[in-house]
Amino acid sequence: MKILVCISHVPDTTSKINFTNGDSEFDTAGVQFVINPNDEFGLTRAIWFKEQAGASVTVVNVGNADAEATLRKALAIGADDAIRVNATPTDGFFVAKQLAEVVKNGGYDLVIAGKESLDYNGGMVPGMLAGMLGYDFVNSCIKLEVNGDAATAVREIDGGKETLSAKLPLVIGGQKGLVEEKDLRIPNMRGIMMARQKALTVLEPVGADSKTKAVKFEKPAPKSAVKLISPDNLDELVNLLHNEAKVI
Amino acid sequence: MSILLYAESAEGKFKKTTFELASYAKKLAGDMGTTVTAITINATDNSQLGKYGVDKVLAVKSDKLGSFNAKAFADAIKQAAQQENARVVLFNSTTDSLYIAPLVAVALEAGYASNVVAQPVSLSPFQVKRNAFSNKAFNITEINTDVKVLTIGKNSFGLVESAGSAAEEAFSPSLNDNDFTVKVESSEKVTGKVTIADAEVVVSGGRGLKGPENWKMLEDLAEAFGAATACSKPVSDLGWRPHSEHVGQTGKPVASNLYVAVGISGAIQHIAGINSSKVKVVINSDPDAPFFKVADYGVVGDAFEIVPKLTEKIKEFKAQNS
Repeated sequence: MKILVCISHVPDTTSKINFTNGDSEFDTAGVQFVINPNDEFGLTRAIWFKEQAGASVTVVNVGNADAEATLRKALAIGADDAIRVNATPTDGFFVAKQLAEVVKNGGYDLVIAGKESLDYNGGMVPGMLAGMLGYDFVNSCIKLEVNGDAATAVREIDGGKETLSAKLPLVIGGQKGLVEEKDLRIPNMRGIMMARQKALTVLEPVGADSKTKAVKFEKPAPKSAVKLISPDNLDELVNLLHNEAKVI
Repeated sequence: MSILLYAESAEGKFKKTTFELASYAKKLAGDMGTTVTAITINATDNSQLGKYGVDKVLAVKSDKLGSFNAKAFADAIKQAAQQENARVVLFNSTTDSLYIAPLVAVALEAGYASNVVAQPVSLSPFQVKRNAFSNKAFNITEINTDVKVLTIGKNSFGLVESAGSAAEEAFSPSLNDNDFTVKVESSEKVTGKVTIADAEVVVSGGRGLKGPENWKMLEDLAEAFGAATACSKPVSDLGWRPHSEHVGQTGKPVASNLYVAVGISGAIQHIAGINSSKVKVVINSDPDAPFFKVADYGVVGDAFEIVPKLTEKIKEFKAQNS
C-alpha cells in the first residue's frame, strides 16, 4: 500500500497571532512552526501501517522552502520520503489541485490529510482533493483499518460516531483518534540523522487558479474586564446571566 | 438566479441552526435582489422553512438517501444548485455539512469560504468575514467565482422570522451507483443528551476537578442548565472523559450562548476553541488563572463548594421562570 500524508506547516498552538503589511499577512516573526496537529495524527497512523503491514509513506506539503523543516520532522518520525510542491499556498482549491497532481502521478492508494489546518481552518482540502480525484472520502475520521483494498473507517458525527466501509483509493480527513495523543512520536536522534538522508523532492506547481483570496486579517476586539462575583453571592451570578447577559 | 441552502435535518427534523441559516439566506437574498431556495432530504415538515424566509423548497424523498452519504448528498445539492441557477450555496457548520460542502464546491467549480461569521462585508467584490487561526483572528476572504459556497458558523446570525410561506416542489436528483461506494455499516448516537454542537449552554471541567469521580456535580449543573458537558484537553488525555467531550483548538469548537468553565486554567489552545461562545463564566480557585482575562463573569473559590450551590440556584431560577 502506498500512502500519501498531506502535511500543513502551521504556527505552534501556543503562538501569539499577529499580522503585518497593513494586516494583510500573517507575521511569522518569532513563530515556531510545527506539523499541523490533525495531520500528525494521520502521519502516525500511516507509520503504524508501514510497521504493521509494510506500507510506504510519502509526506507532501504545498509551500515554500521554509516548510522543509516541517517535512524533515515528518521524515524523522518515520516517513520514507517527502515531496514539496514549490508554491505559496494561496487557497484551498489551489492546494487541492497540486495535491491531486501528486496523487495521480504517484499512484497512491490512501491519502491522509488533517480534517483542517490550525492556521486558516478552511477544512476543505481533503474534500476538494477527493472530489477532484473522484475517490472515496471519509471526513472527521477517528479510526481507520485497511484490509487489502477494503477500508473500515469510523467518523465522528454530532453526538456520536458512525462506522463506514469504503474501497481504496481513499482520501481521509483525519483528526485525533486515528491514533491517541500518547501514540504521537517525538523524533529521536537516529530518526533525525536518517531523515537527512531521505529524499525530499521539490516539484514545480501545475497551473491552477485560486478561487478565493485572503484580503485582510483582524484581531478580535479587546475584552472588557471580568466581573467577579463572590462565591457567597451566586444569586447575583444568576441575576447577571438572566438580566444582563440574557443567556438564561 | 437564487440563493440555495442545504436545510439539514436529523430524523426528519430541522435543527435551530437550519432556521438560522434560512434567516441568513433571507437577508442575503434581500441584499442581492433574489430569492431563497432550500433543498431538504427526507425532511418531515418543510413548511417550517417558510417562517424563516425560504421562498421555495426542493424536497427530496428517497429511501436511497435514508442514511447520510456525503457523495450522494453532495451530488443532489449540486444538481439543485444548477437547476436553480444558484449564485450562493449555503451550509451550516455541522459535521455533515462540513463534510459535503467541499465536494459541492469542486463539483460547481465554486470558490468556498468556511467558518463565515456574518453577512458578507461586501457583495462586489464578494467578501466575507471568517474565523481563522483557531478563533484567534478573523480573515476577510474574497471569492472571485460566479458561484460561491459558504459554510456559516453557529450563532453568526440570529433567528429572524418572516411572514412568507415556502412553495414545496418534489425534487428527484439523478444519482448513480458511484455515489454510494462509501457505506454506513453502523452508527452510535447518544440519545437524550444535549450534544456540544447543538447546546445553547456548555458546562466544561478541567484538571481542577481532581478526578473523573467528581464529574457527577458537573453533570448535575449541566442538567440544571439543560447544557452539554465538555472538558479540557488534559482531562481527555488522562482518560477521565471521552475524547468526544474535548473542546479546544485540537478538539471540538464551541459556539454556545453560555460557556461555564470549572477548574480550567485557560491555556491559549483551550480559549481558542471556545472563544466563539458569547458569554463565558469561569469558576476557579486560582485568581491568577489566565481564563479570567477572557471571561465575562468569574467566581474565585472552591469549585466543590460553588458548583453544587450554583446548581441549586439555577434549579430555583428555572423553576420560577418556566
